[in-house]
Amino acid sequence: MELYSLTIHEAQEQLRQGVTTSVELTESVLERIDAVEDKVGAYISLQPEIALRMAEMADERRAVGEDRPLLGIPLGIKDTIITHGVPTTAASKILEGFTPPFDATAIDRLRQDGAVFIGKTNCDEFAMGSSTEYSAFHPTRNPRNLNCVPGGSSGGSAAAVGADEAFGTLGSDTGGSVRLPASFCGVVGLKPTYGRVSRYGLIAFGSSLDQIGPITKDVEDAAILLNAIAGHDPRDSTSVNAPVPNYVDDMKQGDGLKGVKVGIPQEYFTDGMEPGVAQTVRTAIDHLASLGAELVEVSLPNTQYGIPAYYIVATAEASANLSRYDGVRFGLRHDGGDMWNTYNETREAGFGPEVKRRIMLGTYALSAGYYDAYYLQAQKVRTLLRRDFEQAFEKVDVMVSPVAPMVAFEINAKVDDPLQMYLTDVLTVSLNLAGVCGISLPCGFSEGMPVGLQIIGPALGESTILRTAYQYEQTTDWHRQKAVL
Amino acid sequence: MAKLNREEVERIAELAKLTLTDAEKDMFQEQLSNILEYAEMLQQVDTTGIPPTTSALPINNVMRPDELSLSLPNEEALRNAPDAEDGSFKVRAVLD
Repeated sequence: MELYSLTIHEAQEQLRQGVTTSVELTESVLERIDAVEDKVGAYISLQPEIALRMAEMADERRAVGEDRPLLGIPLGIKDTIITHGVPTTAASKILEGFTPPFDATAIDRLRQDGAVFIGKTNCDEFAMGSSTEYSAFHPTRNPRNLNCVPGGSSGGSAAAVGADEAFGTLGSDTGGSVRLPASFCGVVGLKPTYGRVSRYGLIAFGSSLDQIGPITKDVEDAAILLNAIAGHDPRDSTSVNAPVPNYVDDMKQGDGLKGVKVGIPQEYFTDGMEPGVAQTVRTAIDHLASLGAELVEVSLPNTQYGIPAYYIVATAEASANLSRYDGVRFGLRHDGGDMWNTYNETREAGFGPEVKRRIMLGTYALSAGYYDAYYLQAQKVRTLLRRDFEQAFEKVDVMVSPVAPMVAFEINAKVDDPLQMYLTDVLTVSLNLAGVCGISLPCGFSEGMPVGLQIIGPALGESTILRTAYQYEQTTDWHRQKAVL
Repeated sequence: MAKLNREEVERIAELAKLTLTDAEKDMFQEQLSNILEYAEMLQQVDTTGIPPTTSALPINNVMRPDELSLSLPNEEALRNAPDAEDGSFKVRAVLD
């Protein structure tokens, strides 16, 4: 078995036993990248020299007795997350050449833990998209089938993990951007509760929705990464000041799934779903029951309003957040002769079509005469969606559903039809609107492509969704069926 | 009602500080109209007496002590600026 194909916890064990070193792990991943990156295109930029230097430092720290779960583990970082001294573009031309003078809090924590950073992973521009085709630089291909998209917006992060081009990665999830690509690439992706992970240094898209989350080869690795990045941060006033449990320990508690009530939201199994996806997820739910879980039918009655509410709220927030790209403090500047034309021409040249589309939509929803009908109404519907989840979680511990109504689609299939692209997120956006947590894990295949099982938990319910996912994973082997490249 | 006309597309582009090409205006007029028509379904929902959600968190007005702490050095803050002079960001004249 090649080193690059190990999970984080397996690599950690080998480092502890002195069987391998961080430098060897890093070299192995860099060789793997050399071999397959031309096909996959998971990264926007690679920093092999920095990675090897970090690996040497990690080995030195271990030599003097330090032992942390991520010490010496090579990771990829989504390019929407700020990394000190390493160019960070959010896959946009408007940030080309931007070298951040500080670290995101999540990055700072990983650095203290001794993780090794290999490169910045590709995504849809400013995380706006569901296929990674809206990257201003290049598309990423699904390692399971190079003709298909990896999902988005954290498509590079998921493809890198699926192709063994990183031991794990960070993504960001505003409406499904960690879970969807994890599902499409057959890996694990976790969207934490809003506020569980600091957003400081995450390039803002929809500030009331954005969360950084791990993408990994298995559930235990997701828990390890969440342990590292979760927690209160005075630099993010929306970060939750609640104790962080040890998710790895919590996850392994309990006798199978005895005593766990698993809700099945009927609205998440719609007629428009691909039959193979519905069948695969139904089989996975039966498996949870066989582990002792009690299945309960539940209802989230406002589900159909999730997509329109999300695309109004998210684009409204985006239109405000992206007003900072004015060619003054960082990034691209196109001189237009005077101040206003310089703003306009910088933004016209720097933003791609999907970003402009969303800025336009959000600006419209916030503009005089339309604010009440669109933005305010969407925020009220958001309250109803939150209440749906609160009421369901009075009856059950977790809920389960597919991550998407389809498996990975072919490149170019939806890129010119934004509404169809938006509908890809129909089963993921409501979690962000409600602020709750969710995980995607592999549960089988349909038409040869991976299907993701979404396990949804209440606010700060990460331990319970991880436990449910872990028990499922321990008794199945979908996560070991790797992409062949 | 939702269907956008050309003037509305131009008005939004001006508010959003985007200089759109004619081709972009055509494309966005059609695409944004489709999306807004889809979003019309929100109008069916009875939200009488329902407060809006601005954040999923129960917290607001987070305070911290008003104490000095380290901040980014001036030269670091300016390092990514397209144009800078005398320790400041340089912009085109705001007033003629």
